Amino acid sequence: MQTIIENLQKHFQVVSYHQQRENLGFLIASKEVAVGLITHLRDYEGFAHLVLLTAVDWIEDEHFQLTYLLHHPEKKVDLGVRVMISRENPEMYSIHHLWEQARTYQRELREMFGINFPGSPDVDKPFILEGWEEIPPYRRDFDTKEYSEKTYFPRPGRETHDPAEYMKKKLYPNE
Amino acid sequence: MGKEYIEKRTVISPEGNPIEVDPLKDYFCDARPKSCKSASGIIEKFANWARSESLWVLGFGTGCGAIEMRPLMTPRFDAYRFGIQWRPTPRQASVFVISGYLSVKTLKRVVRSYEQMQNPKFVVALGSCTINGGMYWDSYNTINRLDHYMPVDVYIAGCMPRPEALLAGFDKLKHIIREGRGEGANKYAENFEWYKGNQKKIIKDWDMPDYNW
Amino acid sequence: MSKKLLKWNEDRTLFPEKNSEGKIDVDYDSHKFMKIWHGPQHPGITGNMSLELTLLGDEVMDCETHVGYLHRGFEKLMERRKYIQCFPIVCRVAVPEPDFNEYCFASAMEELAGIEVPEAAEWLRTLVLEMSRLQSFLAWIGGQAGSLGQGIIGQWTIYLRDLILDRFEELTGGRIYHMYMLPGGVRGLLPDGFRQRMTENLDEIEKFMKDVKKVMFDNAVFKKRTVGMGVIDPAWINPFGITGPNARAAGVAKDVRKDNPYLKYPELDFEPVVGKDSDIYTRADVRRRDLLMTVDLIRQIMTKIPDKGDIRAKTPNVLHWKVPAGETYSRAECTRGEYGYYMVSDGTEYPRRINVRGPSYTHAVALLEKMIVNANIADVAGLMVSLHTYPPEIER
Repeated sequence: MQTIIENLQKHFQVVSYHQQRENLGFLIASKEVAVGLITHLRDYEGFAHLVLLTAVDWIEDEHFQLTYLLHHPEKKVDLGVRVMISRENPEMYSIHHLWEQARTYQRELREMFGINFPGSPDVDKPFILEGWEEIPPYRRDFDTKEYSEKTYFPRPGRETHDPAEYMKKKLYPNE
Repeated sequence: MGKEYIEKRTVISPEGNPIEVDPLKDYFCDARPKSCKSASGIIEKFANWARSESLWVLGFGTGCGAIEMRPLMTPRFDAYRFGIQWRPTPRQASVFVISGYLSVKTLKRVVRSYEQMQNPKFVVALGSCTINGGMYWDSYNTINRLDHYMPVDVYIAGCMPRPEALLAGFDKLKHIIREGRGEGANKYAENFEWYKGNQKKIIKDWDMPDYNW
Repeated sequence: MSKKLLKWNEDRTLFPEKNSEGKIDVDYDSHKFMKIWHGPQHPGITGNMSLELTLLGDEVMDCETHVGYLHRGFEKLMERRKYIQCFPIVCRVAVPEPDFNEYCFASAMEELAGIEVPEAAEWLRTLVLEMSRLQSFLAWIGGQAGSLGQGIIGQWTIYLRDLILDRFEELTGGRIYHMYMLPGGVRGLLPDGFRQRMTENLDEIEKFMKDVKKVMFDNAVFKKRTVGMGVIDPAWINPFGITGPNARAAGVAKDVRKDNPYLKYPELDFEPVVGKDSDIYTRADVRRRDLLMTVDLIRQIMTKIPDKGDIRAKTPNVLHWKVPAGETYSRAECTRGEYGYYMVSDGTEYPRRINVRGPSYTHAVALLEKMIVNANIADVAGLMVSLHTYPPEIER
């Protein structure tokens, strides 16, 4: 893993590298170099398998984190490439030409987070939801409970407790 | 979504004549459902007995509960000995088993399938999710109460109910039918506007006829 | 095996030209094409998923996968539940194999929190994962045979699966959903007499699998319909992200249990099952042999599993358990391929983000859309089931 990172540092500016465990590491790349870096990892370093592509909403810092998790089939190591993109205008370069399944991930991210991938095939088609009119549901500022109560006729009689308080009272009354 | 093939258009036939094609217009009847009067006395009793002994289930597993349908069909629990069979299309079925949570996208298909079933028809709702949302009570994509969208005859609680519970539920359904209380289809026809209103409230992408059979 | 049956090597001059994207230009007004929706009712042991097929005659020209019928928004629901509250819902992501969700969730959480799991608990987890694989394979074989018109196999294997579900019930209390692997350990030790009953069941399964082989795998009709159909080129494996038996049937020995060993797999003696021809028949055969290997693995585990011992590591109070900030990915080999959880924690009591990576995600959308072109409509169900796609893990 270290040798891969040292190799990588010759060509790219690797901002911060964090070794999570022996065979899994994460690094941060800027939006501009990310696709080049991933292509390099795939073609020259041998990270041929895209495990997943997902996003994390850091609403406090006003950005989305995209994680490209790549797997090396020979060395059996994983490398996560984290890319921070602004929450104001979420847009990222597409990688559908590198992996066939990437277009599915990008379609899902477009729908669930509202991150646009210009050029990715069918990216604007609805994937999971049908007739969705609210803000994209996986964003942190979308409140699923409020939406559910407003829309789906909740059956009366269901109480909501703070789990910590409730379990303390019920299960551990003496503590 | 590519909807162009359900829209009205003019096509040229192989002979060169223009043909007006309206795919939605041709294949459904948009008359609203009517409530049917039951026959009287012993005839109705006999009919109810016959209905209760041949429950044909529509094989549309809408959620997790569908996985318990397989053991129920196979020799260990063997629902066939109670006259319960699985059928591939709504036209041949009389019981709709809603097996678990319903997402909005599935609800749209379920409503269409339900309306295509012949009278009398019964709905068995399976799992806590159909009663009050169950595990997914706060989810933005699953419904909470099934009885707002279609009349339900029997609820089987549990997450997920065991095959024995399903058999008990079907047994209960038989009792209900024999007593002449399985009037779901009539209830749907009588409260049609209310059910439609609820359905339209949550199915935003309504591109189907109001009622079709 | 004869390559003559490969449909895409035939002379296809009668069929329309493909455009630069590899698809044909479909003109509905020409009266040649027909659109058919396959699903969302499920044809076999899969879940609700629909294929929008464009047909010319009875041949599929184009296919688009539509998913989302089973979307419950797990990843959103988990963000507003505490870690321990997530626990009952993670197993509901995938119905045929709930334990892989539990294991991946628990191990990702343990890694972030730095918890060591006791040895007995690791053995029990290995046992439960293998049992889960076994019952899922049994259900799948019934589905594969059923989708090609052999109803009897399903009747047998669902009965065999019920035997394993009974053992699950004995061990965990649940038939389908077990909620057995808590973060930090498992919920209970083996009950008395479990080993003996398990051994009897395994013998029964092995006995029945011989019949299944005779009736299903040596059947001329089954062979005729599956040999040479639905070939996955080994060159597709990395671009499409194919894992599990689908990749192993193409001759690539991809197995997370060997590649990135977890739990007690390094102490068990097994070799990944590899096939050669990569058609539907080979994939079914790889899964059948994998099933028998799983039976063997359970036998091995039963001899090594301790009867007594610590099964829970010491954890903080679960009501106020703050998992340290960080992110990790934990994976396991389920029957369909690589199953994984990507977990991001921000140091609070609630997970920041959990992403589930199901193997069907790539198999059912990108791969199926490619493979299904030029298949006959009668083979669509068999092809779909042979990839062992399972929609709830695509849309979660």
